Amino acid sequence: MTWALVFEQLLNGLQYGVMLFLMAAGLTLVLGIMNMVNLAHGSLYMVGAYLAVAFTGWTGNYVAGVALALLGTLLVGMAIEVVTLRALYNRDHLDQVLATFGLILFFNELISMIWGRGAQYAALPAWLQGHIELFTGSRYPIYRVAILIVGLLTAVLLWYVVTRTRLGMLVRAGASNRTMVAALGVNIKLLYTVVFGLGAALAGLAGLMAGPIYAVQPGMGELILIQVFVVIVIGGIGSVRGALVGAIVVGVVDTMGRAFLKPLLASVISPPAAEAAGPALASMLIYLLMAVVLAVRPAGLFSARG
Amino acid sequence: MITRRILLWIMFVLVLVALPPLATALGQTYYIDLVRRVLILSIAAISLNLILGYGGLVSFGHAAYLGIGAYSVGIMAFYGAASGWLQWPLAVAASALVALAIGAVSIRTSGIYFIMITLAFTQMLYYLGISLAEFGGDDGMRLKARSQFSGLVDLGDPVAFYYLALLLMLLSVFLVYRIVNSRFGMALRAAKSNDPRTRAIGFSPYPYRLAAFVIAGAMCGLAGALYANHTNYITPGLMSWQQSGDLMFMVILGGMASTAGPVIGTFALLLVEEVLKGWTEYWQVVLGPLLVLSVIFFKRGLAGMFYKPDA
Amino acid sequence: MLEVRGLTKQFGALRASDGIDFDVAEGETHAVIGPNGAGKTTFIGQLAGNLRPDSGTVRFAGADITAFPAPRRARLGLARSFQITSVYPDFSVLQNVALAIQAHAGHSFRFWRDARSDPALIEPAKKILNDLGLAERSQVLAGNLAHGEQRQLEVAIALATAPRLLLLDEPMAGMGIEESRRMIALLASLKRRHTIILVEHDMDAVFRLADRISVLVYGRLIASGTPEKIRANEEVRRAYLGMEA
Repeated sequence: MTWALVFEQLLNGLQYGVMLFLMAAGLTLVLGIMNMVNLAHGSLYMVGAYLAVAFTGWTGNYVAGVALALLGTLLVGMAIEVVTLRALYNRDHLDQVLATFGLILFFNELISMIWGRGAQYAALPAWLQGHIELFTGSRYPIYRVAILIVGLLTAVLLWYVVTRTRLGMLVRAGASNRTMVAALGVNIKLLYTVVFGLGAALAGLAGLMAGPIYAVQPGMGELILIQVFVVIVIGGIGSVRGALVGAIVVGVVDTMGRAFLKPLLASVISPPAAEAAGPALASMLIYLLMAVVLAVRPAGLFSARG
Repeated sequence: MITRRILLWIMFVLVLVALPPLATALGQTYYIDLVRRVLILSIAAISLNLILGYGGLVSFGHAAYLGIGAYSVGIMAFYGAASGWLQWPLAVAASALVALAIGAVSIRTSGIYFIMITLAFTQMLYYLGISLAEFGGDDGMRLKARSQFSGLVDLGDPVAFYYLALLLMLLSVFLVYRIVNSRFGMALRAAKSNDPRTRAIGFSPYPYRLAAFVIAGAMCGLAGALYANHTNYITPGLMSWQQSGDLMFMVILGGMASTAGPVIGTFALLLVEEVLKGWTEYWQVVLGPLLVLSVIFFKRGLAGMFYKPDA
Repeated sequence: MLEVRGLTKQFGALRASDGIDFDVAEGETHAVIGPNGAGKTTFIGQLAGNLRPDSGTVRFAGADITAFPAPRRARLGLARSFQITSVYPDFSVLQNVALAIQAHAGHSFRFWRDARSDPALIEPAKKILNDLGLAERSQVLAGNLAHGEQRQLEVAIALATAPRLLLLDEPMAGMGIEESRRMIALLASLKRRHTIILVEHDMDAVFRLADRISVLVYGRLIASGTPEKIRANEEVRRAYLGMEA
C-alpha cells in the first residue's frame, strides 16, 4: 500500500463520485421540485450507455455517437415524462415508486430484447485511450481524467444555470412553491418537462461515460441508482450542493473502502478473517455512513426543504 | 355470523384444500408446487401489508427478511443443524432482530427518505450476502438438507409441505387480522390516517410503528425459511430490490389495508407471471407496462371487487 | 393551571412570539384574540407541543412542560382541537372518539382483543357523542360528515381524553349562523366543567364565553383582562380594527 496507490484510488473515488453526482443532481432536482420519486432514472443511465455504443458503432465516430446518445436519452426521458410520469405528479410516493418500478422492468427487458442479456463492449477512440503520468510517478488513464473534467465542468455549468439564469430561478422558485409559480403564469408543465429532460440528459451522460469502464448490460442502472439514493439521503433532497458533497463523499468512501479495507483489516486481525470480513464490510460502508448521517441530521446535510 | 365475506373465505380455503388431490388425479402435480410457492410468498405479502397497508410505512426493503429467513435455514443446515425446531425459530428471531435495527434508524424518517433508506439497507444486506463466499456468494447455495421436524411433517413430501404452507398462510392471515383490530392495530392505523391528530390525543407513533415493523419482519422471516425449503436453493437475489418491489405489488394489487388483499394480490401477480412466462422469454417487457397501468388506473386493488375493504 | 413566561419564537427576522406572559386559572375560560398574522397559530403550536420556543417556559399544573412533545402533553391532560379540521376521515365517528378514549386509557400494546367492540372504549365514546348530539351519526365515516358536524367531532375527540385543559383553536371556523349558535351553546355547557383556552375570531362567541380575554398583536400580548376592560381598551381598538363593540 503505497502513497501512489492511495492517490490513484482517491482519483478513482473522485471520478466515481463525479458520476454519482451527475445522476444525483438530476434526481434530486426532480425530487425536490416535482416531489416525484423516479426509479426509472437508472434506466435513463442505461439507455445513455447503450445508445452511445450503438451510435458510435453506426457512425464510426465517437463524438457523433456521444452527441446522438445524449440527444436520444433526452428524447426518451421526455417521452417517459409525457406518457407516464404526468399521470403520477399528484399521486403519493408509493404509487410513483410502483409505477416507475414497472418502467424499470420494461426498459431492462426491452434492452435485453434488442441487444441481448450479455455485456456490450464500449470502445474508446484512440485519443481517449492511453495514460498520463501523475506527479506520484504512476500512470493514470486519460479517460478517467476526462470523466473528472467533464463532471466538474457540468457541476459548474449546473451551478451557473441554477443560480444565475432565469430558468434556474424558476426552478428554485418551483421548488419552494409550485402553485405560486403556476399562478404567476409560468407554464409549469413545460418547466417540469424541461427539468426532467435535463435530469435525463445528465443521467445519459453519466451512463455513456460509464460504459467503457463499467459493464454495459441490462440492469446496470439499478446498481448505481441505489447508491445515488444514498447520496441524496446524505446530501439532502432538492439540494444540488448536497448532491455534490454527498456524491464525492460516497464515491471516495466506497472506492477507498473496497481498495484498502481488507489490507487494513489484515494488519489488525488475522488475514483469513480479513479475507472474509474485508469485502463484506467494504460493501456495507456507505450504508453505515448513511445511517450515521441520518442519526445526526435526519433530513440530510443540505436539505432544501425546511 | 356468517357474512358474505366469511363465505368467500370458506370457499377459497376449500378450493385450496382440494387442489392437491385434484391435481394428482389429473396428473398435473406441477400445480401443487406452483400454488405452494404462491402460499409461501403470500405470507411475506401479508406481513408487508401490516406495515404498508395498515401502517403506511412504504418499506422498499421487505425482501431482506425473506433472505434472512432463508439464509438462517441454509447456514444452519450447512453446519449440520437440520432440525426445523431449531432453524425456524432462529430464522424468525434473526429477522426480528434485523428489523429492529433497521426500523429503529429508518422509522425516525418519513416520506421519500424512508423509502430510500429501507431500500438502501436491504441493498446492503444483499451485498453482504454476495460477499459471503463461504455460502455461495453471488451464486447462492444449495440447501444441504430440508428442515427436519422429528417425523411430524416431511417437507420432502410435496403434498404434506403444501398443506403446511396453507396452514401457516391461514394462521398469518388470522394473526394479522387480530393485530390490526386490537388496540395496538388501531393506534397504528390511526397514525397512518392522521399523524398530527394521533399525537394530539396522546399517542407517539414511533413505538407502534417500530413494533409493527419487527412483527412484519419476523413473519417474513418465517416465509423465508419456508421458501428455502421450497426451492432447495438460497440466493442473495431473494433480497434484491426487485423482490421487494414484487412484494409491494402483491400488497397493492390485492388492495392495501384489507385482510384478503395480500393473498389475492400474490395469487394475481404470480399467476400473471406464470401466464406471461409461458408466452415469451421477455415476459417482463409486458409485465412492466401492465404494472404501470395498474398503478395509474386501478387504485383500489382487486379485493375491492369482492367486497368493500375495511379491516 | 397554565403559566407561560417569556415565550419567544423567531422565524428568521420575524418575531412570531415576542416574550409572551400568559396565565390560565383553573376553571376559567380564557380567550385569545388578535388580527390575522398576530402569531396565534405559533402561540398555540408552542402550547400544544408542536413547536419548540426559542426561549421562555410553559408550566402546566405545576410541571415544566416546555420541552415536552405533543403526545406527552396530551397524556398529561392538555387536549386540543385543530383550526383546520383534523379527524380520522376513514374511521367512523364512534371510532374517532373511541381512539381518543383508548389513547387516554394508557399504553395500547395489546395485540389480541378486538378494540372495535371493546365496551371499555365504546361505552364512554357513545356517552360523549350523546352529550354532543352526534349519537345518530356514530356509524358515519368522519370524512362524510357535514362541516359543522366535523367541528363538533373535533371537540368530542378533545373531550374524550378527559382533559384538564382544553385548547380550542377556532372551533367556529367556517360555520354558518345556526351551526355557530349550536357550537356556542355546546362550549357554554363545557364552561362549568373544564378549563378552556379559546382562540377565536368570532367576537360574538368570545364575548359570550370568555371570563378573560388576551389580545395578541404582532407576537406580543398587548392587553389582558375581563371582556369589559378589553372592550374599552384604546390600544386594542386601534390594533384590532373592525372589532364589534
